[in-house]
Amino acid sequence: MSVDTDTVKRVAQLARIAVSEEQVETMTGELNTILGFVEQLNEVNVDGVETMTSVLPMAAKQRKDVINDGGIPEDIVANAPLSEDHFFAVPKVVE
Amino acid sequence: MTELTKLTISEAREKLTQKDISSAELTESYIGAIEAANDSLNAYVALTFDQARSMAKASDERLAAGAGGALEGIPLGIKDLFCTKGVHSQACSHILNGFKPRYESTITANLWADGAVMLGKLNMDEFAMGSSNETSYYGSVTNPWRANGSDRSLVPGGSSGGSASAVAAQMCAGATATDTGGSIRQPAAFTGTVGIKPTYGRCSRWGVVAFASSLDQAGPITRSVRDSAIMLKSMASVDEKDTTSANIPVPDYEAAIGKSVKGMRIGIPAEYVVDDMPEEISALWEQGKAWLKDAGAEIVPISLPHTKYALPAYYIVAPAEASSNLARYDGVRYGLRVEGEDITDMYEKTRAAGFGDEVKRRVLIGTYVLSAGYYDAYYLRAQKVRTLIKRDFETVFADGVDAILTPATPSAAFSIGDETMTADPVKMYLNDIFTVTVNMAGLPGISVPAGINKDGLPLGLQVIGKAFDEETLFSVGEVLEQAAGRFSPKPWW
Repeated sequence: MSVDTDTVKRVAQLARIAVSEEQVETMTGELNTILGFVEQLNEVNVDGVETMTSVLPMAAKQRKDVINDGGIPEDIVANAPLSEDHFFAVPKVVE
Repeated sequence: MTELTKLTISEAREKLTQKDISSAELTESYIGAIEAANDSLNAYVALTFDQARSMAKASDERLAAGAGGALEGIPLGIKDLFCTKGVHSQACSHILNGFKPRYESTITANLWADGAVMLGKLNMDEFAMGSSNETSYYGSVTNPWRANGSDRSLVPGGSSGGSASAVAAQMCAGATATDTGGSIRQPAAFTGTVGIKPTYGRCSRWGVVAFASSLDQAGPITRSVRDSAIMLKSMASVDEKDTTSANIPVPDYEAAIGKSVKGMRIGIPAEYVVDDMPEEISALWEQGKAWLKDAGAEIVPISLPHTKYALPAYYIVAPAEASSNLARYDGVRYGLRVEGEDITDMYEKTRAAGFGDEVKRRVLIGTYVLSAGYYDAYYLRAQKVRTLIKRDFETVFADGVDAILTPATPSAAFSIGDETMTADPVKMYLNDIFTVTVNMAGLPGISVPAGINKDGLPLGLQVIGKAFDEETLFSVGEVLEQAAGRFSPKPWW
């Protein structure tokens, strides 16, 4: 399988990365090189093979359903580019 | 480089305990070494000398009271991927511009609790994506090793290039590193240092910036096998804050150093003999087999039939997980924000300006292979291939093999700006051909310096072990180190 420039533009939009026409050209070539490389996986017979979900056998951990952290709004917003009254501030999203 | 910075962690520990030296003196020696070398090598991206001095002072007080921890007073460098409270933690990406976490990663907290001293944050490939440390927002790291008679700058490997370079150039006694496809073992091999990627789940990932969560694992880079055992003991823990942290007590790894390998069965996988393998790599591998045989181990041929599919499967699984993990960088909660016409425009501009080319490439590949209509063909198939890769290892271990010996890398360190690698991303990816299977199977692997090539550059061998059997890797690694000796670059900086 290979991708064309329209697919790359659509994927970049899905990934929320702005790309210029020139970048799309370069990226299309690079992505096709990588997709060409991974193509060899089609040689492998995977019929009846389980999909890996956990690399080592481990049960999901559980803990008591209690509050164990919190009350640190200053810490939470400390690194925000823009915040007001302990809220993250973003451009208007509702008309 | 001074007499003090030459000391390994174990040697420094002894002198500190005997009160022959103080941590303040040792720390000042390292600060001097960093000041002298960092302009040339670019291994550190942030220096924390004030903090180092006050930590050293506190260590000296504890040592005086006879209350020193396992790493008391030992100056370390920390890869920029680890969150350290109030200190630069940006995964060497512009998108985390100005980020100073309000919390400490579990691993670094463990190190400080054991008395270690922090010298600063180490350069790396952006978000740990790279094999040459050339994708860092802070510029390339230079390998302290140069070929005989050449002044060409070589890469230290990646992604933990700053860690490897700093350890080799004696700019820290040891360093933290992380390994998703080979990012500890390949730079260790390129710089004549020791690096171990422990079993998945051995070191907590809490507070370590995520790249590919099912593959990421932290470990140390040091100047001796014993030092790696000492550092891993402190780094590893059972951590409630990481659901994938294994609920298995951390053994005393240092006790495995010096343990005989007599009677051990060491597997040699036929599939690691790759096309165009340089003669010097084959010769190194032969030498490694001979050393282990001399030490009483039995060398047995084995087969890991799905080896060649590990790298292509990795380049689906890792970018897929990365595209998901890196979705959080949107200019809202931390780091860079580039304003736009509306919120979507802000996201797109922020991510365009904040991510470098390699990161974008991988996010796009990941987004593509996870997108509707392609998920089964790519991601699901890759995860099935991963099951087969893991099964290959399970089969040989069930047949009585104790550990596996392979080369660590297909070549010695290459030049910064190498044209074939820059032109073709897949050429760069092939650096991880011997290391990536280990991540895909969640197993531990150690890279140990084993020789110097005809150009005077270090080469490494890798030992792969069973899950949670790091001890065997330390025993085998020590035998290799005893036979090969230790290597350090000649200072030119």
